[in-house]
Amino acid sequence: MAEHAAAVRLVDVWKEFVARDRRLEALQAIDLTIEPNEFAAILGPSGCGKSTLLNLVAGFDRPSRGRVLVHDEAVAGPDPRRAVVFQEPALFPWYTVLDNISFGPRTRKLARSDYEPKIESLLEQVGLTGFEHHYPAELSGGMRQRVAIARVLVMEPEVLLMDEPFGSLDAQTRLVMQELLLAMWERHHQTVVFITHDVEEALLLADSVSVMTARPGRIKQRLSVQLPRPRTLELTTSALFNELKREVLALIRDERLRAATER
Amino acid sequence: MPRRGPWFLLLPLLLLVLWHVAVSAQWVLPGIIPAPTQVAESWYRWIFGPPGRSLSPYSGTWLANVLYSSRRVLEGFAIAAAVAIPLGLFIGWNRLVSVVVDPSIQLFRPVPITAWLPFSIAVFGIYDAGALFLIGLGAFYPIVVNTTHGVRDTNLVLLRAARMLGASQATIVRSVVFPSALPSIFTGLRLGVGVAWTAVIVAEMIAVKSGLGYVLWDAYYVGRMDICVATMFSVGLLGFLSDRIIYGVSRVVLRWRTLEAHG
Repeated sequence: MAEHAAAVRLVDVWKEFVARDRRLEALQAIDLTIEPNEFAAILGPSGCGKSTLLNLVAGFDRPSRGRVLVHDEAVAGPDPRRAVVFQEPALFPWYTVLDNISFGPRTRKLARSDYEPKIESLLEQVGLTGFEHHYPAELSGGMRQRVAIARVLVMEPEVLLMDEPFGSLDAQTRLVMQELLLAMWERHHQTVVFITHDVEEALLLADSVSVMTARPGRIKQRLSVQLPRPRTLELTTSALFNELKREVLALIRDERLRAATER
Repeated sequence: MPRRGPWFLLLPLLLLVLWHVAVSAQWVLPGIIPAPTQVAESWYRWIFGPPGRSLSPYSGTWLANVLYSSRRVLEGFAIAAAVAIPLGLFIGWNRLVSVVVDPSIQLFRPVPITAWLPFSIAVFGIYDAGALFLIGLGAFYPIVVNTTHGVRDTNLVLLRAARMLGASQATIVRSVVFPSALPSIFTGLRLGVGVAWTAVIVAEMIAVKSGLGYVLWDAYYVGRMDICVATMFSVGLLGFLSDRIIYGVSRVVLRWRTLEAHG
């Protein structure tokens, strides 16, 4: 393993949950390194522990064994440097769009003049200019998730953690959001850890795809996605893309079977 | 079934007619149950009659007694809310406070407010303090229980979102837990104000010498059932009014809940 500062490094991470005297092995011997500015997708069937993995990096949970390092620093708890976009938008319904996005800066007691231009620019990037004073209840699902993305990007996090952020959106909105995220990434070049169960989504967005096994979750294989950037949705129809897709599908086929037969 | 129009008046009017017929046909206790017209007339004189100069000792004293009772309800209710809301936030948020305080509240709660009367008179005498104690205690329970419940119902993802945005415990309680519990707190306030009106009547019947409760008991002793019934209506209207006021405030404060998406 290279000894320079990786953005995210998981070293022999195990995680088990104990519920009603039953031990549930969620993660087994995870070794994973994500480089700075890398867009890394974690792909796996539902219940494979990929969200658990993300929660460890976010600091919401501790590993049972092993180390979780972000920029060579052990993760001790949630921190704005490791911002999370959840599957549900998790916006504060009593705050307007503007107040939701400025929640982080206000909490850090930053000067209004420091963050306001940044928010304005982010609102424009996610296409929500003019919706500043709307409440989350007045927005569509896709718009809410765009607010959630702006809310974490305004914190300029070192690592952006995304837990199936488009999982609850309809297919059309999903495509729009994927393109938006590609455009945003071209602009910010964040380190991203992106959890998904959607093969096409992983290949379209990411530089690397780590395929996880069914429970207990292990990293089965890590593929490098050598597709040219900037990318657009049309990429999903190219021969190279489909070749990669076949490769990934083959990897997960026996995992899907295992997951199905174990229930 | 028509949805608009004054249909809510139908049943009360029918009951009024039934009442009138029952009294004039002497179906019920002649001379004891007053006719609705008699109640209306006495009520009118009680409100608008010249105070002190007429033969009726009640003439013109309605407003003064309404104000006595309302002030007690307002004060007792305010004290209850001021104690119960912060305490409920603590119990719901902090495990230790919950373990130490909650069992005692649950133990005392089944003691009816009426059972506290002798204790209240013994300790506070026949002064306002005794009435405020009973009203405050009665209103305290529903507010504290509903606040606690609202806090415990706070969405875990919202708490995680606040943590990863760098919010301190104090900020989380103020900006996430409290607004999230507000709908439940308002439920508690509405239940609390109802109990407060019950308590004020009980307290005034026995522990103090003014207010609607005092008039009710006094009128019963001198055989003025018309005034008794007018008092019942007065208390009912005031209770209804206080509930509508709290509900109206909640509609404004919780505006973010009633909005609808137009995206």
